[in-house]
Amino acid sequence: MAAGRRAWGWLRRNALPVYAGLAVAYMLIPIVVVAVFSFGETPKDKLTFGLDNGFTLEYWRTVFSNPQLNEAFTTSVRLAALSTVVSTAIGTLMAIALVRHRFFGRRAANLLIVIPMATPEVVIGASLLSMFIYYSFALGFTTLLLAHVMFSISFVVVVVRSRLIGFDRHLEEAAADLGATPLATFRTVTLPLLAPGVIAAALLAFALSIDDFVISNFNSGTTVTFPLYVYGVSLRGIPIQVNALATLLFVIAVIAVALVLIQQRRAERMAAVRPELEPAPPIPAPPAQATT
Amino acid sequence: MSLRQRLIPYWLLGPGLLWLIVFFVVPMYFMGELALRSGSLTTGYTFDWAWGNFPDSLSGHTEQIGRSFFYAGAATVLALLISYPLAYAIAFRAGRFKLLLLFAVIAPFFTTYLIRTIVWKTILSDDSPLVGVLQTLALVPQDGRVLATSGAVIAGLTYNFLPFMILPLYANLERLDSRLIEAAKDLYSSSSQAFLRVTLPLTMPGIVAGVLLTFIPAFGDYINAQLLGGPQQSMIGNVIQGLYLTQRDYPEAASLSFLMMALILAVVVVYIRFAGTGAFMGDEDERGTA
Repeated sequence: MAAGRRAWGWLRRNALPVYAGLAVAYMLIPIVVVAVFSFGETPKDKLTFGLDNGFTLEYWRTVFSNPQLNEAFTTSVRLAALSTVVSTAIGTLMAIALVRHRFFGRRAANLLIVIPMATPEVVIGASLLSMFIYYSFALGFTTLLLAHVMFSISFVVVVVRSRLIGFDRHLEEAAADLGATPLATFRTVTLPLLAPGVIAAALLAFALSIDDFVISNFNSGTTVTFPLYVYGVSLRGIPIQVNALATLLFVIAVIAVALVLIQQRRAERMAAVRPELEPAPPIPAPPAQATT
Repeated sequence: MSLRQRLIPYWLLGPGLLWLIVFFVVPMYFMGELALRSGSLTTGYTFDWAWGNFPDSLSGHTEQIGRSFFYAGAATVLALLISYPLAYAIAFRAGRFKLLLLFAVIAPFFTTYLIRTIVWKTILSDDSPLVGVLQTLALVPQDGRVLATSGAVIAGLTYNFLPFMILPLYANLERLDSRLIEAAKDLYSSSSQAFLRVTLPLTMPGIVAGVLLTFIPAFGDYINAQLLGGPQQSMIGNVIQGLYLTQRDYPEAASLSFLMMALILAVVVVYIRFAGTGAFMGDEDERGTA
């Protein structure tokens, strides 16, 4: 009894961490299950917490041996790469405009950037399809690219924007004071400091594109992306190579994010290296709401 | 400022705004146009201001619409109950594990949405050990199923949109001035009073943002209902998807989709009016003026 009471007391004192731990475990369950499944044959549609036919690297060895899966995957990577380049370029420019300039129509521009993020994917997919039907536009890689760039832009703006807001403009002024031309200032000061934000935005855009199913399902025509392939085969049993590929993607994403974080810290340290003898007089901040 | 300088922001915004207008705003117009057509797939659909499509599409699918509200609502409440303590723990108690925990929270985003949901389908399948445990605990009847029930769909929605709840809550709690809680305690409030009268009101913006960011995508989702539910669990998203892609009844599909957009737009615009676009953008800069 005493032991039980002690355990109960411990649980009460640590309720919050225990609860948080359980919640985190819940979030990670499917990821672990996918990874485990990639190492062993499991009977179709059945979860067993052992590996019935033992541990095997077979599916990792043959991860790129399914031609249809390969084609879908290559299509997805090509699509994500193109969509990332376009949306990151366009979105970064927009973020710069929104943070650094006060202009007529700024509020409307903000609204137009926010609303797509709050729109259910099914509506975005359906409305794009409506337009493509109206113009009898052939569905395929092009329509997918147009759609993917569209839904990525808003997220790029948000990420780059948050980086720009924390930006110390004294550094640019210092460069200018030291005789750097505006272009040289941009290249040697602005860009390196902005880079982590832009890279993070690009990673997000890439992840959004390679993961998208709903909008692609509406606008793909006969083009098959990785999620569309997975959906197609999910009805009759997924090749285990898909689990290996998903795990591989997960590991790549984790590494990429870790690298961005390291880079971000370095940029922050670089920006922090300045003698703190006398705080510079603050640049009068523009009134936050006056001109929006 | 010279005219040239004043035009700079417009040049910077131009390509992006143009893209969003052509591929987001204009398609809404064509969806509205499609919704006002009548005819059949064989004869073709012609535009004739068929306003009747709107009430017809609603009355034909009241069941799925009601279900969407219920499922998305239940998933949002569950996500809030799971997320609040977690976000609180990460913001105040995590110490040096903060970054790692935040990372764990967004980790599901690094695996494909579809695969995550398919894995839940496997975990909840009839002969899975988890279902056995639930049956032993009598949470599920001895011969009962978990898959193809409302519970499974709600669980899937909760899981898939959890990060959208946790992140705004965390951002809000992180900024909370903990001295206010100390002040409340100095003034003899109990822990629960301090929470109810200081912490909770101050994190209301985060709660509202999280609720919107969870409810809206959950309301429109059809993957969870399709993979984890049966025909009895289909939501409005399933109807729109089926009408568009399988039955090709474009006018009905478009009118349903258009109404969904109108509803969500109304909610979002009211919200932005009060809270500004900042909560979606993740910063304080764009506060509302209401």
